[in-house]
Amino acid sequence: MFSNPDLAQILFGRLTWEAIPYHEPILIATFIAVALGGIALMGAVTWFGKWGYLWNEWFTSVDHKKIGIMYGILAIIMLLRGFADAIMMLTQKAIAFGPNEGYLPPHHFDQVFTAHGVIMIFFFAMPLITAVMNLIMPLQIGARDVAFPFLNNLSFWMTAGGAAITMLSLFVGEFARTGWLAYPPLSGADYSPGVGVDYYIWGLQVAGVGTTLSGINLIATIVKMRAPGMTMMKMPVFTWTTLCANVLIVAAFPVLTATLALLTLDRYVGTHFFTNDLGGNPMMYINLIWIWGHPEVYILILPAFGIFSEVVSTFSGKRLFGYASMVYATVVITILSYLVWLHHFFTMGSGASVNAFFGITTMIISIPTGAKIFNWLFTMYRGRIRFEVPMLWTIGFMVTFVIGGMTGVLLAVPPADFVLHNGLFLIAHFHNVIIGGVVFGLLAGINYWWPKAFGFKLDSFWGKTSFWFWLIGFYVTFMPMYVLGLMGVTRRLNHFDDPSLQIWFIISTLGACLIALGIASFIVQIVVSILRRDQLRDVTGDPWQGRTLEWATSSPPPAYNFAFTPVIHDLDAWWDMKRRGHAAPRDGYRPIHMPRNTPTGVILAGFSTVLAFALIWYIWWLAAVAAIGLLVTSIAHTFNYKRDYYIPAEEVMRTETRRARAMAAAE
Amino acid sequence: MPLDSGMRQGFNNRNPANRDSAGRRSAAPLRAVAALLLPILLSGCGTVLMNPSGDVAIQQRNLIIMSTVLMLLIIVPVIVLTLVFARRYRADNKDAVYDPDWHHSTQLEVVIWSAPLAIIIALGAITWLATHTLDPYRPLTRLDASRPLPPDVKHLDIQVVALDWKWLFFYPEQGIATVNELVAPVDVPVSFKITSATVMNSFFIPALAGQVYAMAGMQTQLHAVINREGVYNGFSANYSGAGFSRMNFAFHGMSQQGFDQWVAKVKEGGKPLDRAGYLELEKPSERTPVQHFASVENGLYDAVLNMCVTPGKMCMSEMHHIDAMGGAGLESHGNRERLQYDNLRMQEGHEAPGATYPASGRAPRDNDVQPEGMSPKSNAPETNQPQPGPDAHQGHAMPNAPDGSAPAQLNNKTNE
Repeated sequence: MFSNPDLAQILFGRLTWEAIPYHEPILIATFIAVALGGIALMGAVTWFGKWGYLWNEWFTSVDHKKIGIMYGILAIIMLLRGFADAIMMLTQKAIAFGPNEGYLPPHHFDQVFTAHGVIMIFFFAMPLITAVMNLIMPLQIGARDVAFPFLNNLSFWMTAGGAAITMLSLFVGEFARTGWLAYPPLSGADYSPGVGVDYYIWGLQVAGVGTTLSGINLIATIVKMRAPGMTMMKMPVFTWTTLCANVLIVAAFPVLTATLALLTLDRYVGTHFFTNDLGGNPMMYINLIWIWGHPEVYILILPAFGIFSEVVSTFSGKRLFGYASMVYATVVITILSYLVWLHHFFTMGSGASVNAFFGITTMIISIPTGAKIFNWLFTMYRGRIRFEVPMLWTIGFMVTFVIGGMTGVLLAVPPADFVLHNGLFLIAHFHNVIIGGVVFGLLAGINYWWPKAFGFKLDSFWGKTSFWFWLIGFYVTFMPMYVLGLMGVTRRLNHFDDPSLQIWFIISTLGACLIALGIASFIVQIVVSILRRDQLRDVTGDPWQGRTLEWATSSPPPAYNFAFTPVIHDLDAWWDMKRRGHAAPRDGYRPIHMPRNTPTGVILAGFSTVLAFALIWYIWWLAAVAAIGLLVTSIAHTFNYKRDYYIPAEEVMRTETRRARAMAAAE
Repeated sequence: MPLDSGMRQGFNNRNPANRDSAGRRSAAPLRAVAALLLPILLSGCGTVLMNPSGDVAIQQRNLIIMSTVLMLLIIVPVIVLTLVFARRYRADNKDAVYDPDWHHSTQLEVVIWSAPLAIIIALGAITWLATHTLDPYRPLTRLDASRPLPPDVKHLDIQVVALDWKWLFFYPEQGIATVNELVAPVDVPVSFKITSATVMNSFFIPALAGQVYAMAGMQTQLHAVINREGVYNGFSANYSGAGFSRMNFAFHGMSQQGFDQWVAKVKEGGKPLDRAGYLELEKPSERTPVQHFASVENGLYDAVLNMCVTPGKMCMSEMHHIDAMGGAGLESHGNRERLQYDNLRMQEGHEAPGATYPASGRAPRDNDVQPEGMSPKSNAPETNQPQPGPDAHQGHAMPNAPDGSAPAQLNNKTNE
């Protein structure tokens, strides 16, 4: 870059032209596609003069609904990336037999499977779960916003910053080649000297700040901001699961942050926490990462359980069966999720009593989970089930998830785990519960709450198409993996010698293509629905004969959510209000106190992202600039006194009258 | 909005065509799932885990089957009930009872909590027992289901070392060693001691027994027996870097006579394995062919385990001893150099090249930007030079380093 290598190194750290993978056709093609898409998008925004609108109404917004939608968009984009990785991996496995080496050499393949895991968990599932929690939970408890609206905006942008860092590794440098949890010593400086693991660490650290803050925020919201009359045991189940998931986030994510910080010290300043030599102990990392990692799966699945509870009760037209036991089951799962982490490494030589203890605690989790399944089952019993798209997802989930649960309990038996661990059986198991549980739940949730967020339903034909492609695609992809697991095939291999395995990988890849069609149908569903929004419009705010409070307000809800804070008398608050002939008041509006938008979240997250990039590439001056920027912005923000405003009573009245007219016209 | 109108819209739809399609929709998943599961369950029978050749793996197989059957007791009814309820209580089936406020039944709650509880109590008891009887650290008590261990039986000891990316097996009693070839006589209990000279791997022969991790500086154990002659697959089950996919070996179950002949053949045809030879072998390599060593330098496995094969290194056991005696205080500082282990490969220039981009932005031994953990200017410039042999590490002096500390980590210096 420069003739003077010292100067170049001061300016650019270890970043050189070599870091740009121009010799990799796959990456170049991806880059061109991304660049063209990005230019087209930016051009369109500029052409239509929408930058100001985006900045003022979205990027700087502290409205929990808009932030929820932004989380959702981020998650869907990252789903496409993570799924592209999955297809690449499976195609490689389907062709790389015997003399055929496939098209992904180990160095590339190893990045692909690492990125797939990291992106799907941290940048698809987590943001999408947060999207639904953010969007719906405050509405369910009758709140105007979350407890800390600015923090919410910051959390989103930190998550987006982490995602950006991870994506950047595609085009500048490389990503980790360590597997999604980056076990040392492989992820240590000696075995992974490049920037890959540093991208991994800083991407997760930046996003982790967002996740932790969001967890604190949502807990405070649930604890402090419920509508009058809504006692804990009158909270909707989704709010309960949100509460438990966020308690898990707040308790678990600091462990991840600390663990990665120790790994960072090992890599950057030469400590020996997790090295082989000088007293380091890699097993410590394995323990720490799974003390975070196991609660993490419950962070994902608990809100999904909440979604299914709402959906099954609404579409069965019936109160949820066994609400109290549902709540207790959720709380028990929350607590037990901290007592099982060792089941991820039974095979590392723990004693029989330790292994048996953790195996049995793991099995115990299946008792409350089983109780939940039965509760959904008996909610359907004597109901009037409408097979709308969210309900299809729920039934698909109930059938699929119990299979995954069964294989999970099987893996919890230590001697069985000795032969199944690290095998494709394990891969099939956790995709069975994560796709069959979390993803199905999120898709049910999206179909269910879309009309609430946007004011029109999603097209049901494409929704059903998407459901069937996903469901069948899931079975075709992962049932062969169970078989391969029983054939003793282990994971993360990019080449096989035994030709008898090939047919199973080919079937599996075809299944992934069906899932691809499912994803495509989902996107078509969204596009078609936007185009047909006038036919799909819902003016009532309650398109499914809902039961919980979010359906009491208009769709999409006004910025203030509820003109009057509702008073709660019953568990299914809105059902109860409807039964008692609730009519929205027509006058007596008062000005509503609201938080004001602020750009600070974008700026702080921007500096954090730059800081991470500088640390990854050892560009110390830039890291110093970004750190100072962070500090100055944070301090400056404390002097921002224009944090709130009032929506005048007249404006509230105008909004509410408009809604009443629209409802009257629709009837 | 009155509730009734909504209910009527939702529930009073008597259109028969609509009803029919809804019914079919709800039944379809059952058939799809059954059609998919059946061949998979059947095909499972011929797989190595379902049809293994060692007694430990057979017991693990039996445990898998027993646990699965136990759980199917509850899983099958749940799946069937889900589909039955979904069909029976579909909105347009007016014959079904509709009870929108029914949401509690103490009897039913007791059943839905106690049914899974009963299964888990049974499974938990099985787990506790099986985990202890099949503990890989526990010496075997039987050869197979019908034969207890003969009282005069002699264990075969094998020491396993995971290297980048191959397996090294020591036979201490026979005094031989092999790479990527493991042989054991049929019906003789084998006692494996497992460690790694690199990152974590997992030692796994599915036909023989479950896997156990191989970790540097630590020793794990596995007891197993092979009951049938044959050649079986062995491999690493834990991802360990670029050469992981080819980190396989063949495991031969042989008759006692065949085993003796094989040992004799190794002793005859093999070369000796000493520390220098081991250090050469330890360097990363892929698709390493089978190698035989007729003799092994004394204490080599222990040196590998204690990470002190390289002359001049301090053995971990030695450090443990010092620590057990109360530690050496500030004098320990002088031992730092002698306890460095992992950066060996980088000093010798064996780091793996990058993926889409060279890992450290340079070819090994190049004079370009150095990765962290390796800043040659601050310590020994010769570390980047080709080494004539492992003995060059003798004493491992770092002449330019003022205090003999670990290599500086910050990468802001170039190598002139």
